[in-house]
Amino acid sequence: MTLTSLNESLMTPTNLATVNDPVDDLAEEPAEMVFEVRDAAVDYGSHRAVDGVSLDIASREITAIIGPSGCGKSTFLRCLNRMNDFIVGAKVSGSINYYGEDVYGPKVDAAEVRRRIGMVFQRPNPFPKSIYDNVAYGPRINRFKGDLDDLVEEALTAAALWDEVKDKLKKSAFALSGGQQQRLCIARALAVSPDVILMDEPCSALDPIATSRIEDLMVSLKRQYTIVIVTHNMQQAARVSDRTAFFTTEVDDAGARTGRLVEFDLTNTIFTSPADSRTEGYITGRFG
Amino acid sequence: MTAVIVPNSITQSTAGRGRRIKSAVATTLIVMSLVIVMIPLVMIIATVVSRGWSSVTAPGWFTADIPIVSRSEGPGMGPAVLGTLMITGVATAMAVPLGVLGGIYLNEYSEGSRLGRVVRFFADVMTGVPSIVMGLFIYTIWTLEFGFSAFGGALALACLMLPVVIRTSDEMLKLVPQELRESAYALGGRKAGTIVRVVLPAAAPGIISGALLAIARAAGETAPLLFTIGFVNAKNTDLMSGANTALSTQIFKNAISLFPGQQNRAWGAALTLIGIVFVFTILARIISTVLARKHSA
Repeated sequence: MTLTSLNESLMTPTNLATVNDPVDDLAEEPAEMVFEVRDAAVDYGSHRAVDGVSLDIASREITAIIGPSGCGKSTFLRCLNRMNDFIVGAKVSGSINYYGEDVYGPKVDAAEVRRRIGMVFQRPNPFPKSIYDNVAYGPRINRFKGDLDDLVEEALTAAALWDEVKDKLKKSAFALSGGQQQRLCIARALAVSPDVILMDEPCSALDPIATSRIEDLMVSLKRQYTIVIVTHNMQQAARVSDRTAFFTTEVDDAGARTGRLVEFDLTNTIFTSPADSRTEGYITGRFG
Repeated sequence: MTAVIVPNSITQSTAGRGRRIKSAVATTLIVMSLVIVMIPLVMIIATVVSRGWSSVTAPGWFTADIPIVSRSEGPGMGPAVLGTLMITGVATAMAVPLGVLGGIYLNEYSEGSRLGRVVRFFADVMTGVPSIVMGLFIYTIWTLEFGFSAFGGALALACLMLPVVIRTSDEMLKLVPQELRESAYALGGRKAGTIVRVVLPAAAPGIISGALLAIARAAGETAPLLFTIGFVNAKNTDLMSGANTALSTQIFKNAISLFPGQQNRAWGAALTLIGIVFVFTILARIISTVLARKHSA
């Protein structure tokens, strides 16, 4: 697979609802690594926001990133699909490999990286368009040639939204509730057949019922997609994720705050027998 | 610390008389200010309508040529209506696309660059340049060379509109949430496509309102046209050559006349101009409401 060519799968309709061999029993060492991150760091101008992150993200798993506010969770997440390119003064160093290819390599097409590595944001942010056009946006800009109606239906079905919106596809996306809007954003991300979905606190603006629907959705999407989720909610990380990375903030003598990865392991291990005392402190502090 | 009096019932207010009186006084003052503001507004409309109505309703007002003999009574203002529509239309065609592109450059592309800061600064300064100076500028670079023409007037109005359109577009684009751009990028979108397909539609209602306010203002400008289009009494449909006329300059010329016929035509022209601007403003409202409603619940 190469990042520099447009994925062939876009040219033909793909069945998003297809269930490919589910990875239910989690092995200690997963079969395939999607991302291999080595010593990644992010600088905003002269300030190092995130430093020395090394971790592997496994295929068809949910990897959760937790940690206190300002520890660089989101900043790190946005490195994975080059979303930091748009922030003036942001610079990523270290190596972030996606199936063995450097995401920041000189020949890499950043737009293609972002198509393969989709993103769902903190606040539901549908485009000011109809429900249908929101989902169809990605396929259209990527010159999708198949049956757009089918693709939209598949994406909405995969995002567990189809039954609620099938009779009002031409209505504005803003007519939906917050939870529905967020599922629409997930459907929109699925419609370009990504491989990875990054979620940046996708439930923080939602009520508990909408949150639990999104969590159920994540678990079902895991069969086909690799998911990386940043969350403030530790229970959420414990409920849905397979592996958890704990980030924290270090403050140097000058008062500059830098985010660091403290511990990365199976979620079960992180929550029951963390190796680092800081992880334990954070987890027990919130739970206790 | 002041003691809080705990009321025995909800009919007994802790706020006390003083606060209620203050509130009543403030309300009265605000209502009075509103009335005072409304007085000149209503008077202007009432005066213009009452004085101009008979001229405007006379048959042929909007089509007939302006009488050559100053003393003669009666319609019309055809050439000035045509001139105003032509000049404002051409000015809009030049200034709005350029201004919106300028706004897009400032907000979407200039990001922290020196050129961006300089352009934004000069757009701000140009917004404050008196319209007569703009007219003089076009007079020296265009009219002296090519003579009076509707196009010269349009150039002057376009120069006036341009900075306003640039800055309103810039501000309206600034209001589009960054997350909206990012979600388009996250789907594999590129910058130019994202601006055209996502950012501009989201900002469109505001940009259109801003542009129409600029058009309405330009339609009523007099000073820049005095130097650039001259005066005629017959219709001149040639955009590029020959003197032309507009409602605003006709108001100026006829209002300072001693003849009642001309004075009446000035009132008529004033009412016509207000009417045209009014129609444009209503149109702007409708367009931006329809666009806004299309995309919201």
